[in-house]
Amino acid sequence: MTFVLIFLVVVVVCALTLFAMYNKLVGLRNLVKNSWSQIDVQLKRRFDLIPNLVETAKGYMKHESETFIKVTEARAAAMSAINKGDVKEVGAAAANLDSALAKMMLTFENYPELKANQNFLALQEELTSTENKVAFARQAYNDAVMGYNNAVEMFPTNIVASMFSFKQSDFFEIEDKAEKQAPKVTF
Amino acid sequence: MWELIRINKRKSLFVLILMFILMVSLSGAIGAGFYAADWVTGMLWGALIGILIWAVQSAVAYFAGDDIVLHFNMAVVVTPESYPQLYNIVEEMKIAAGLAVMPEIYIVQSAGLNAFATGIRREKTAICVTSGLVENLTRDELQGVIAHEMSHILNRDVLFMTFAGVMLGTITMLSNVMLRGTVAANSNSRRSRKKGGFSGGHPVVILVILLFAILAPILARIFYFTISKKREYLADASAARLTRYPIGLASALQKIAKHSSVDFVSKITAPMFIVNPRFAGGDEDSLFAASTHPPIYKRIAILTQLQHGGKVSLENYQKIYEKELETSGLFSKTSLESDKSEAVRAESAEKITEFTESRKEVADVILANTGFKILTCECGLKIKLPPSDLRMKVVCPRCRKELSVSGESALAAENGGNELVFRRKNKNSWESFPCQCGNFTFQLSPLFRGTYAVCKRCGTKVKIEYPE
Repeated sequence: MTFVLIFLVVVVVCALTLFAMYNKLVGLRNLVKNSWSQIDVQLKRRFDLIPNLVETAKGYMKHESETFIKVTEARAAAMSAINKGDVKEVGAAAANLDSALAKMMLTFENYPELKANQNFLALQEELTSTENKVAFARQAYNDAVMGYNNAVEMFPTNIVASMFSFKQSDFFEIEDKAEKQAPKVTF
Repeated sequence: MWELIRINKRKSLFVLILMFILMVSLSGAIGAGFYAADWVTGMLWGALIGILIWAVQSAVAYFAGDDIVLHFNMAVVVTPESYPQLYNIVEEMKIAAGLAVMPEIYIVQSAGLNAFATGIRREKTAICVTSGLVENLTRDELQGVIAHEMSHILNRDVLFMTFAGVMLGTITMLSNVMLRGTVAANSNSRRSRKKGGFSGGHPVVILVILLFAILAPILARIFYFTISKKREYLADASAARLTRYPIGLASALQKIAKHSSVDFVSKITAPMFIVNPRFAGGDEDSLFAASTHPPIYKRIAILTQLQHGGKVSLENYQKIYEKELETSGLFSKTSLESDKSEAVRAESAEKITEFTESRKEVADVILANTGFKILTCECGLKIKLPPSDLRMKVVCPRCRKELSVSGESALAAENGGNELVFRRKNKNSWESFPCQCGNFTFQLSPLFRGTYAVCKRCGTKVKIEYPE
């Protein structure tokens, strides 16, 4: 009788730990999914902003049509990548769009009348912020993936992970040349 | 990354529990003192009343604390339309922190530069900034400040510090009751003895309880400040990790340090500000023991070095923290392995207006022409030394790095560097120059006609020459 009781207690404790681990893994996986959707939201917001900005700037910058075409193309490529939903492909397309946008922002510097336009300034702040949001969403996604992958790999959660086939997620890495440069500081 | 902060929180929780024990034993001791006849019952009642006082105050703070703070300060809600940039920055940091709920943003009309976070409950948090802050900081600096406040929310510091603050208040109050009670009891000792008042116990016991009542608030304060300071460094570390741009926060702190005074602060809310507003502008070192915040130059120094390391992670912050403060770290070593390190990001595209920039440049040229020496520190700060400043070495006020002043020194080395010579320009007036050791200033009076002067600190002999 005592033996059966001990056995039952052990089984119940094991089952409870198993549930807890399983729930933890599911929670972490959901966090990864949510973070990914946040990137999605921000990238799409950026897509909506780009045509507005291009329209406003076009009136002032007649000789920069090439820059605009590049941005518009990069935008279309990134949009189709997002619709496919492949992490690596989106990363590459987003990096392309980033560099095209950065070039466009640089050309803005040559047009003082444009920088005096209130509408343009508001759009520019929105774009800067949306770019930041994309970057921060990527960072938050990678943090979430880190936590999830650790749980999938590490003992004891890895046992549960292999039992219910939890797979590791991909990090969202982009090659960003601007970020690798040494930071310049001026005050 | 956030797992780490939870682990660190356990340490703070331990201190909080110690504080709780202190509070309960103090109220128990008071109870025992008042009912010396049946001291066990007295102690139990005392402890119960102590906990009750704390619980009621905590409940008030929990359910109404934020609203009280914000209402009294006439804080105005920020919408995406009224302050688009501020709203955007908060949203950016909310995304980086992975928070589920967007905090409310408030702005208080005040020329002082400061910011604080409230939000005891997770569903309802708020960040409040002064209008001076929004006007005077660049985008990157504002982002650093908001990230710091967001970290307070994320780490649930508000909850923590409110409970700790209420506990400190209760302990102080109990000890006041105790001390006054004893004084009153002694002055009408006859009456109180009949009632079985405070002086009923053994004199030694009363003395011990009294001593306890004096020491308890001091001890509680030490506990409180220990938690508070640790949490500031933690919020800085998380802010650096969130923004990937530590220098933004560093330069914001530099600006805030000069103007952090705001006139709507209570003792309990003080730890929630980015820089303690109650000791604004003072020499922080002298107030170190009484301050809820670590010395600002230490915080800046750590952040600056983190920026120059190029990789932002909690681990790197910890390394620099350990070096700067010569204490053990904020996080446990093994837990750091699960953190991801991120490269420092580039400066935000926003430029300081051209007008300010060119005005600064013109001012520098004018200064340089009037004999000012302009040094640029590694951390980016420009130090302008007037011609009257003859020091060979200066310490950067922001990051505390020692910089050597190039250019002509007052002391010229002659005879192959064996002898230091100072040439007097005018032997009929006072003249002074610093020694090479930096700790002593030679002062030559108009009557001085000696051939040598000796440094009183390092013993360096300097030859004095006179104009013809």
